[in-house]
Amino acid sequence: MNRRALWMLLLIALGIAAPTLFYPVLLMKILCFAIFASAFNLLLGYTGLLSFGHAAFFGGAAYVAGYLIKDMALPPLVAILGGTLAAAFMGGLVGLLAIRRQGIYFAMITLAMAQMVYFVCLQLPQTGGEDGLQGVPRGSIVGLDLNNDLTLYYVILIFFIAVFALIYRTIHSPFGQILKAIRENEPRAISLGYDVARYKLLAFVLSSGLAGLAGALKVLVFKFATLTDAHWHTSGEVVLMTILGGIGTVFGPAVGATIIVTLESQLADKAGSLVTVIMGFIFVLCVLMFRKGIVGELLELLKGVRPH
Amino acid sequence: MISVLGMPLPALLSQLVLGLVNGSFYALLSLGLAVIFGMLNIINFAHGALYMMGAFAAWMLLTWFGVDYFGALLLSPLLVGALGLVIERTMLRRLYRIDHLYGLLLTFGLALIFEGLFRDQFGVSGETYEVPQVLTGAVNLGFMVLPKYRVWVVAVSLTVCFLTWFVIEKTRLGSYLRAATENPKLTQAFGVNVPRMVMLTYGFGAALAGLAGVMAAPIFQVSPLMGSNLIIVVFAVVVIGGMGSISGAIFTGLGLGVIEGMAKVFYPEASATVVFVIMAVVLILRPAGLFGRESS
Amino acid sequence: MKTKNTSQRARTVIAAAALALMSSLAQAEFSDNVVKIGVLTDMSGAYSDLAGPGAVLAANMAVEDFIAKEKPAFKIEIVSADHQDKGDIAANKAREWFDRDKVDVVTELVNSSTALAVIKVAKEKNRIALVTGAGSSRITNEDCNDVTVHWAYDTYATGNGTGKAVVKQGGKTWYFLTADYAFGQSLEKDTTAVVLANGGQVLGSVRHPFPSTDLSSYLLKAQASGAQVIGLANAGADTINAVKQASEFGITPAQKLAGLLMFITDINSLGLKATQGMYLTEGFYWDMNEETRAWSKRYFDKQKKMPTMVQAGLYSAITHYLEAVKAVNSDDTQKVMAQMKKTPINDFYAKGGKIREDGRMVHDMYLMQVKAPAESHYPWDFYTVRATIPGAEAYEPLSQSRCPLIKK
Repeated sequence: MNRRALWMLLLIALGIAAPTLFYPVLLMKILCFAIFASAFNLLLGYTGLLSFGHAAFFGGAAYVAGYLIKDMALPPLVAILGGTLAAAFMGGLVGLLAIRRQGIYFAMITLAMAQMVYFVCLQLPQTGGEDGLQGVPRGSIVGLDLNNDLTLYYVILIFFIAVFALIYRTIHSPFGQILKAIRENEPRAISLGYDVARYKLLAFVLSSGLAGLAGALKVLVFKFATLTDAHWHTSGEVVLMTILGGIGTVFGPAVGATIIVTLESQLADKAGSLVTVIMGFIFVLCVLMFRKGIVGELLELLKGVRPH
Repeated sequence: MISVLGMPLPALLSQLVLGLVNGSFYALLSLGLAVIFGMLNIINFAHGALYMMGAFAAWMLLTWFGVDYFGALLLSPLLVGALGLVIERTMLRRLYRIDHLYGLLLTFGLALIFEGLFRDQFGVSGETYEVPQVLTGAVNLGFMVLPKYRVWVVAVSLTVCFLTWFVIEKTRLGSYLRAATENPKLTQAFGVNVPRMVMLTYGFGAALAGLAGVMAAPIFQVSPLMGSNLIIVVFAVVVIGGMGSISGAIFTGLGLGVIEGMAKVFYPEASATVVFVIMAVVLILRPAGLFGRESS
Repeated sequence: MKTKNTSQRARTVIAAAALALMSSLAQAEFSDNVVKIGVLTDMSGAYSDLAGPGAVLAANMAVEDFIAKEKPAFKIEIVSADHQDKGDIAANKAREWFDRDKVDVVTELVNSSTALAVIKVAKEKNRIALVTGAGSSRITNEDCNDVTVHWAYDTYATGNGTGKAVVKQGGKTWYFLTADYAFGQSLEKDTTAVVLANGGQVLGSVRHPFPSTDLSSYLLKAQASGAQVIGLANAGADTINAVKQASEFGITPAQKLAGLLMFITDINSLGLKATQGMYLTEGFYWDMNEETRAWSKRYFDKQKKMPTMVQAGLYSAITHYLEAVKAVNSDDTQKVMAQMKKTPINDFYAKGGKIREDGRMVHDMYLMQVKAPAESHYPWDFYTVRATIPGAEAYEPLSQSRCPLIKK
């Protein structure tokens, strides 16, 4: 068994043991955001596209999934699927419009589209407006009652591992190589004959769909979907998680998500608004000095240490 | 009573006038953003926070130092502008060689820091700021009663916008600025201190935001969240107008304020989104913006 | 993969067994021997003046007084948090408090979005929720449950009291300016019913985002409608801004403003000049009698502001809760709730107050009118009490209840 597989197994074991030491609801929140950030990283780290409106997919899927469970009494698995597909569909629409532009303009289009999704979430009677979609029952999956926090945790852990495996495979596949080529040098990729627009769109749809999956799972954990999930602050948060953890690294976003969510929950009581200040500081520090993020910098360090 | 589209004319006109007032704020703020984007090629996410700090500076000047509104009108932009100079010199300058998106992210982080600090100190509801004595009272326009202060806001905004446009488009200083934007190396070769221009430009943009903040204080009250509510709309304005275009920012800002006002009459809930729909349409049909020039 | 499934299932079984064991242990008198009270409120936002830190102070006073008077055998602890008027933050905090910190009762919950979210969590975790700050009548109707008590007021009571009074005064045509969330919508709905029932007419309404600082364009719409009365279906900072701007734009005094939910802290912010003559319905006024004055003075000494019905109500609610806990010698939710519903409330806040099956604490409300500056002789001398509305009349009768607990 090679070293990498050993590490993976260790992490999985940690994941299984974690709820004995920590509050399961917090762990589930971390997992959801880890999925969200990893999905986002697919776009930013591996395709080189900064979307500033990813909360639209996260929040939009949360509302869809919540509505499917609460108002249409569908089982949670169906709702999760529904949310994911809805997010992927939205991603397709947004992607189609945004792909034509580069850099800052691309980011601004995603922001504009996200604001429109936010508006829809606010105005539709089904979403509950300012109050949000509350009291979403958790239901059960294959007979397991999800009302038990521990059971739900393991279900989400399974989803997380699956998503992670999917992203890992995608990155290391020929498709992933082309995405990286586009990120490095788009004109060259075009000159090599690749339909760059199509690849970017595919990456966008995949990324938004998985972000939607994260949102749908989050609804099960907290039993509601609110406007905060679709707000541009959340878009900014996922950017922060990804940058802090390490753009373009496999584990970076998950690490970033863990740190940010933990910080937020630990400091919320004691520091109140200072949490935002600390986030801002981390952002600024990362952008100025640690652009590779924690995992990125660590890998750099290890590269130097390990004999070639 | 004359009716237009089922709305009585006075109702329509009064919303239009209010829209013009809001539009003045949009114009002033997007002017600052456009100037910064034109020069530095970054979207200044901290613009909303600078605007907020301008308003707070006015409040602090009044409450702690007894400086009245008109004094704040002068001092506050200077203070915020100075902060802008510091930000550019110490942080933004390091990011020019790398992807411009990092500039966006840096300013986003700064916005979080500033807003967080003020929220910690002042809470979310913020402080009240009274309209200065001289400008209280209202003007009866016939179809509506308009507080004098709002007339003042429109007047000052239009004046500042015009002056800025004039300086940039019609004076030598402005021509250096535009040259430095187009071709920094060449302009530097001609002896113009480009880095200093860049720094002053960011400072100027920040000062414009601070000025908008002071003027907003008596209307919107002074709250740590006032910037973040506004900044997204202002981005849309700049994008629609054309990211580097000064006149684009001004006209679009005013125009959008008026359109928003119209929306409030017919479909109030949509007034917040009208901007984004227009922005999406413009980006699809005319990506450079209504007044912009395409730059690669 | 088969191995993981079996071991995962084994873990779930063990965990379930552990939980069952722990819950059986909780059958003993008090969960971990402490009665923990959580005050979840808006500490710094639009509603922080009428609830917020003042509410936390009232809660502390209630606990201190109870300990001094009753010398209970059990320990009492208070924790507090800021929910920033956001339903998700409030619900998450409540969940954390119940799961991790063993809080027994969550209180205050100003802002109806947070209240509606938290009472669901309380029901799920079988803890008590005492709502003072939130107003939506949905709390004892569509969203009612058996662990919640709605203590201080609701949108039916205030809308009714004020609405009826204004219509009787001649304000027949109405236009609403509504905060666009559960509370505002409730208030608009309840007041509309009153206006129509008393021969009035509603010309229309406009919804504004919560919170909003510049309400001028909405006010202008209200002005354009030509209605005699502009009903302000909002509260706190929103109401204050509406009153200010209505005056700036010359909308008042030609049109009357009806503050459908106003607090003494609002009057303090706006001043008597701007608010004189306005009607409002409150559940408590500090200057009503010797008892209220004595308590309010103690509160004022610490907070430097007179208490609103929300803050005074919280003191009353927590005291009643603690008395029930002492009487049944347990903090078990069902036992304490039964005791609370059995016992009438007789303190400085309410006389002959009673908790109904739907969770509504029914007590007298007072229709008050704001004094003119000349009539006010000392600080905070703001109101003339025009009428006492007996509890049975003030609140929506059970016969009209939409609460699933009420069998008809």
